[in-house]
Amino acid sequence: MKNVVNFFRDLMQYRSAVFGMVIIGLLAALAVYTVIALPYDNAINLWRGGEEIWGDYPRNAVPEWMNLFANNRLAPTVVVNSQNNPQIKKDMQSLSTDMKTADFALPFEYNSDGFPNEINLFLVAQAQQKKPQATVKWKTPDGREISLGDLTVGTRERFAISIDQKLLRKFNDVNPEIVLFAKPGTAESRATKPEVLKGKYQVVIEGLTFEPNSTLDAKLVVYGQTYGMAGTDHKRRDLMIALLWGTPVALAFGFLAAVGSTLITFSIAAIGAYFGGWLDAGIQRLTEINSVLPFLTTLILIGTLYTRNIWIILGVVILLGIFSLSIKSYRSMFLQVREMPYIEAANTYGASKLRIVFQYMMPKIAPVLIPTFVTQIPSFVFLEAGLAVLGLGDPVLPTWGKILNDAYANGALYKGYYYWVIEPAVLLMVAGLGFATIGFALDRIFNPRLREI
Amino acid sequence: MASETLSGGALTKSRPGIRVPDTLARVLKYLFFRGVALFVTVVIGVYLTVLIANMGGYLDTIRMAQIQEEVGISLMSDPALKGLPAAELRRMMDERIIIERKRLNLDQPFVLRSVNYLTDALTLNLGRAEFISSDSGSRRVQAILVERMPATLLLSATSNLFLFFAAIFIALFLSRHYGSWLDRIVIALAPTSAIPAWFYGIFLILFFASILHVLPFGGMVDAPVPETMPAYIASLLMHMILPVAALLIHSIFIAIYNWRTFFLIYSSEDYVEMAKAKGLTARTVERQYILRPTLPPIVTSFAFTLIYLWQGAIILETVFSWPGLGRLLYQAINLFDVPVIVGNTVLIAYLLVTSVFLLDIIYALLDPRVKVGGGERRA
Repeated sequence: MKNVVNFFRDLMQYRSAVFGMVIIGLLAALAVYTVIALPYDNAINLWRGGEEIWGDYPRNAVPEWMNLFANNRLAPTVVVNSQNNPQIKKDMQSLSTDMKTADFALPFEYNSDGFPNEINLFLVAQAQQKKPQATVKWKTPDGREISLGDLTVGTRERFAISIDQKLLRKFNDVNPEIVLFAKPGTAESRATKPEVLKGKYQVVIEGLTFEPNSTLDAKLVVYGQTYGMAGTDHKRRDLMIALLWGTPVALAFGFLAAVGSTLITFSIAAIGAYFGGWLDAGIQRLTEINSVLPFLTTLILIGTLYTRNIWIILGVVILLGIFSLSIKSYRSMFLQVREMPYIEAANTYGASKLRIVFQYMMPKIAPVLIPTFVTQIPSFVFLEAGLAVLGLGDPVLPTWGKILNDAYANGALYKGYYYWVIEPAVLLMVAGLGFATIGFALDRIFNPRLREI
Repeated sequence: MASETLSGGALTKSRPGIRVPDTLARVLKYLFFRGVALFVTVVIGVYLTVLIANMGGYLDTIRMAQIQEEVGISLMSDPALKGLPAAELRRMMDERIIIERKRLNLDQPFVLRSVNYLTDALTLNLGRAEFISSDSGSRRVQAILVERMPATLLLSATSNLFLFFAAIFIALFLSRHYGSWLDRIVIALAPTSAIPAWFYGIFLILFFASILHVLPFGGMVDAPVPETMPAYIASLLMHMILPVAALLIHSIFIAIYNWRTFFLIYSSEDYVEMAKAKGLTARTVERQYILRPTLPPIVTSFAFTLIYLWQGAIILETVFSWPGLGRLLYQAINLFDVPVIVGNTVLIAYLLVTSVFLLDIIYALLDPRVKVGGGERRA
């Protein structure tokens, strides 16, 4: 116990180590929070969800903190739903026995400087046979009324206003989401620079239902330019989920791979050095064969041909790491330990061979392991990210590397979606630097020769 | 082997005083066994690659299905064969499948074929690629590898050679001025090398290509390719800046840090103190007492730098769309193009093992402490 306290006192003397420990502590806390707040199954369902989950989210929206860098206020997403909404009054007059009107307006405030990404109107109707009809109009704050079109509404209808061909033609090929929000005279053609008209907008729906119990409802979604703390990707998914879940995955992968490979390598080196003979020779030869096998190539082969499951890949990483060249340096240390008097004593009083290896020899050089082990963690974290960047990420789990891969595959750097690359990259970098700084400090503590220098 | 007689000759010349026949025989015997062991290592390593790359034979099943599908589609979509009766079409299909199987050698059992792969690979008879072809249109694996090699060598030689010499010289400088602010900056920056080069590459592309538009996103030269030589070289250099910078940022600080520590350890040896006490000049102490014994590790490190030059950086080349061996390997794996994968592996394995063998010889000659065959032999 006292040793542990002393050890931490030593470690705290290095400012860089304190910095690293704070970072790793924060990441670990984030990982624990993620696993509790957003359970595994939940996260996967969300991440693999489609339109039904992410339909109201903007596509490729930048995070809200980008407002700090922008001169203009970026548009948030606006959703107005008439269903179960007491503030929206429906005007339902009977025109004949079965025919009724269903007139209502969906009002919203728009005060941003930027134009929205997209506008969709989702219509929901209940009818047995005769489908309701709707005329959709757009009312601007300055009182203009623009007709958007007439529709027959099935049970579910999506009116994609921003890509509607009729509207596009009507507006001289200027995108509808721009014309509808622009000050008059600024968006008549592609030549002028449009400006947003701020104020209270309305989408007016004049409906007709043809059956006694028939209803008509609508949901307007004006997709903004920003969303949440992390923004969204090309499938409208909230990147926060992947950023959060990337944390426990990265930490677990890095930690397990480092622990697994170093500990097994260490034990094998000890066994080989103590027993010697054909066992030692065999281990040496295996190490040499493994050094001929290209590590990353083998891993990519396995990822491509067999499985991309991250935990199986982890197993392969450990397996390929076992007979790494570090066996040779451990072995030379163990060869020295083997000749020490206390081992000779243990041999004489009849301690079992395995006891000597595991309880006497290994603890003697175990301190050497600790810095190696910590400095190895980031390389495994980046290995996972690297495989994901090559498209070999786990098919199910959201990870930092997979965000990078998505961003790359969708040309984020060309299109200017920098947040998409920067967010996972910064997290990866912070995690890598955290472990590396601790590892360097540990190296100096456990190798006194370095400390003098 | 030519190298053995060469080393023997050098040995007899350099040490005329020692009992030559005895030492020579011992060295030759040691080198012989070392050579055999290394060769067996390559054989097993390459065979393992063959097995993994073929999924232990399972890849054949996948390929058979692919062939069947491709032949089927090509026959269905051929307008000339529209009117043929079904039985005739069936026969033609079977015929083409057999030809295609023959072309890919799939008519032999896998065990036999894997041994063939192995012997071909070991004799550097790399054969023909199954899907990938070189830019000049050749399917020969050798042609493909040779075509990609200059790109990888250009990138890695520029960065690694610069890195190697810059790191050693800066480290020497720092070991003289140890504790200076520059020294402390290098120590503080050393952990940044935990971040791989491809990762710095992404950031560099982001800043210099996406935001500033001053350097290209990737690739090796502009498209269309510049016609005059100076323009070509200028374009090549522009494309090299970012990947080389990524490699340098990744490894320069740790390299300086390691060499600096290394030099400092050697300059705190007792015999250096002794030399200083004798009153030798600082210059003599540095040259004769500090640098001289550090030579073998520097030579080793340089040799390994040279070997790894040949190995393309897979992820870095992919990130920068650099047409080198690393990216080729990645493409080959995605297309299940086994001959290219095995060809690449065997090339690196041979280079690695030959260099290790040469290093053994050089060590036996240079370092008096490596007493071959005497006492406990450390592998």
